[in-house]
Amino acid sequence: MNEKVNAIINKYNGDRSQLVSVLQDIQAEYYYLPKEALFQVSETMGIPASRVYDVATFFRAFSLEPRGKHLINVCLGTACHVRGAARILENIERSLTIQRGGTTKDRRFTLETVNCMGCCAVGPAVKIDGEYFGHMSTDKVDGVLAKFE
Amino acid sequence: MSINTNEMLKKLRSKQDLEALQKELISGRKSDKALIAVCNGTACHPYGCTQVIETFKQQISQQGLQDKTELRITGCHGLCEKGPVVVIQPGDIFYQQVKLNDVPEILHETISKGKIVDRLLHADPITGSKIVHRHEIPFYRKQKRTILGNNTEINPVKIDDYIAIGGYIALAKALLDMTPEQIIEEIKRSGLRGRGGAGFPTGAKWESCRHAPGDIKYVIVNADEGDPGAYANEGLLSGNPHSVLEGLIIGAYAIGAHRGYVYVRNEYPLALANITTALNQAQQLGLLGEKILGSGFNFNVQITRGGGAFVCGESTALMASLEGKVGEPRAKYVHTVGKGLWDRPSNLNNVETWANVPIIINKGADWYRTLGTDGSKGTKIFSLVGKINNTGLVEIPMGITLRDIIYDIGGGIREGKKFKAVQTGGPSGGCLPESLLDLQVDFDELTKAGSMMGSGGMIVMDETTCMVDIAKYFLTFLEEESCGKCVPCREGIKRMRQILDDITEGKGNEEDIDLLERLSATLIDSSLCALGSTAPNPVITTIRYFKDEYEAHIKEKRCPAGVCKALIHYYIVNEKCPGCGLCVKACPQEAITFMGKKQPVVLDESKCIKCGACYDICKLEAIGIK
Repeated sequence: MNEKVNAIINKYNGDRSQLVSVLQDIQAEYYYLPKEALFQVSETMGIPASRVYDVATFFRAFSLEPRGKHLINVCLGTACHVRGAARILENIERSLTIQRGGTTKDRRFTLETVNCMGCCAVGPAVKIDGEYFGHMSTDKVDGVLAKFE
Repeated sequence: MSINTNEMLKKLRSKQDLEALQKELISGRKSDKALIAVCNGTACHPYGCTQVIETFKQQISQQGLQDKTELRITGCHGLCEKGPVVVIQPGDIFYQQVKLNDVPEILHETISKGKIVDRLLHADPITGSKIVHRHEIPFYRKQKRTILGNNTEINPVKIDDYIAIGGYIALAKALLDMTPEQIIEEIKRSGLRGRGGAGFPTGAKWESCRHAPGDIKYVIVNADEGDPGAYANEGLLSGNPHSVLEGLIIGAYAIGAHRGYVYVRNEYPLALANITTALNQAQQLGLLGEKILGSGFNFNVQITRGGGAFVCGESTALMASLEGKVGEPRAKYVHTVGKGLWDRPSNLNNVETWANVPIIINKGADWYRTLGTDGSKGTKIFSLVGKINNTGLVEIPMGITLRDIIYDIGGGIREGKKFKAVQTGGPSGGCLPESLLDLQVDFDELTKAGSMMGSGGMIVMDETTCMVDIAKYFLTFLEEESCGKCVPCREGIKRMRQILDDITEGKGNEEDIDLLERLSATLIDSSLCALGSTAPNPVITTIRYFKDEYEAHIKEKRCPAGVCKALIHYYIVNEKCPGCGLCVKACPQEAITFMGKKQPVVLDESKCIKCGACYDICKLEAIGIK
């Protein structure tokens, strides 16, 4: 972990104002923010650990818990909401027996919500690992999930 | 020829260099080749536009059409509902919902033989007649696409495309022929107002920042478009990133800033990738860096990604986040143009505001002033979404009516349902009813009606949308996004959301509406930033225009739109049910029983969890909601 995290910090020349970007890159690498990585960021960049923790817990994009192999983002933007996004979310929750924010026991999926992905026109929309699914309906949920082993 | 791939990376050191390059690029574009522009916007991705583009590439070489055609991969074309969209020039032929197996036919028929593929044409949603040319489609006809229009003319990751259509000429004019004061005067005279929401006059903001004491100043692009249901900035930044960058450099010169930031929402991967590419290209060509175009002006830009916090769209919170801190806003006794990022004078504008700048410099303030209303000049981009036929990104001249947008451009309400409300301004805005459809859309009229322009979300709602649920939806969103720094916002929104929860669960009482109104007044008066002070708007406007729905929930324990779970139940419409059994399989609770072929199914309400699976799967409207 040491080297990878250091490489990320070096990419931003240790610039303290780039803390959010550093954390984003660490999360992209490990799919979450491991505790050790946060301490390493604190030490190497000279930012108090409390500040790093502060930022890591403030922004929605960060997770301090390990996440699943596939990340499901259910869009709850207004356009998706008026087209029934809440029902899609409930359906996925029931299908995977986890709540939003949760990870399945087999670590296959993590279920998160997002407040707009910029494809409102095709709502309700769901994104899994970067692949977009538009015009979702409850009967499509299981088929879409099955694509991700 | 492409600057991106060969040795053409020679730095441009003067206006003449730029003009010579432009001339060369234009002559390179003038050819007798047919041009196929395929949309690669974010909203076309769920339709599989990436595969369509790949198929075009393969088929063009397979059919030996390399010398006859040019494939252009573009940003968002606007009519996202019908994606993937393909436009063919000459002829302005518009094909929609193009599938992989349509590609060989398009090439074979339209490109080789000049014939139209009727099946892929757009049908007018009202008359049903087929339309061949893009400019004749009602969706495009009433728009004024001065900013978004170029999306279809360029590949957003090719700076040569942008230069060929006149890109960076405004920058050359500003840097070499105008003084900073002249630029500010031009922007002031144009009447341009900030497109991020509140509509503050851009020229006046620039002037304050220029006059603010201090040698080090910053300019910032706010691309943290957090309004749920708005993707206007996304479509612009991913589809034409150089236009935003050009505006930013001009602004930096006018203000006297040598460093700029683009703060991009991390949920927009395509916009982030394209602005990053644009930045690198501009650096390579010397449009950023030292002595830009031979002037004495130096300017550099850095891109920063947001972390998914709505409040970071607020200027002081965004700047805190840029400093690597938690994105909490501060009270603005001192404006950011005086003391912003690292306590230096900082000028922040929205993506769309910056993209307006090159147009004003090129065409002049007098031309710009011909567009729009007295108080709001120019055009505005909206993401027209929700229960409407033509969802997509639209750009309208200020002053046309909501009715024009929803019915003429948007093609009316989906599935023949009845219009109920249109929501603008995101969580800070409000819901406007049918009686206001003739309202002229500009900053002041929307504010007068209790809503606001916001960053351009326009969400259309029909009879199946519950207005109390919508108010609850926005407060739930804001409760999560409140940074928690000030009490009125943190506790007030929570309390209001709890009251709305009660109302939607049938536990409301008659004093609730009054209490909501009093809490709203407190939030407006005492919140630290606009997130809190505008948070009550969705509640206030829904109470003002849709009080009957609140009363139905409170007094009759009924949700007229059939949305609020606690107040509805599903039933089988026996006359319409053919007993096909689809819903029986879909029901996760085994609450529906198959009674034999051609016999309506039976729903056991005691088992029903109101998940809606049966409702979604039945295409015969045999599942009803009461």
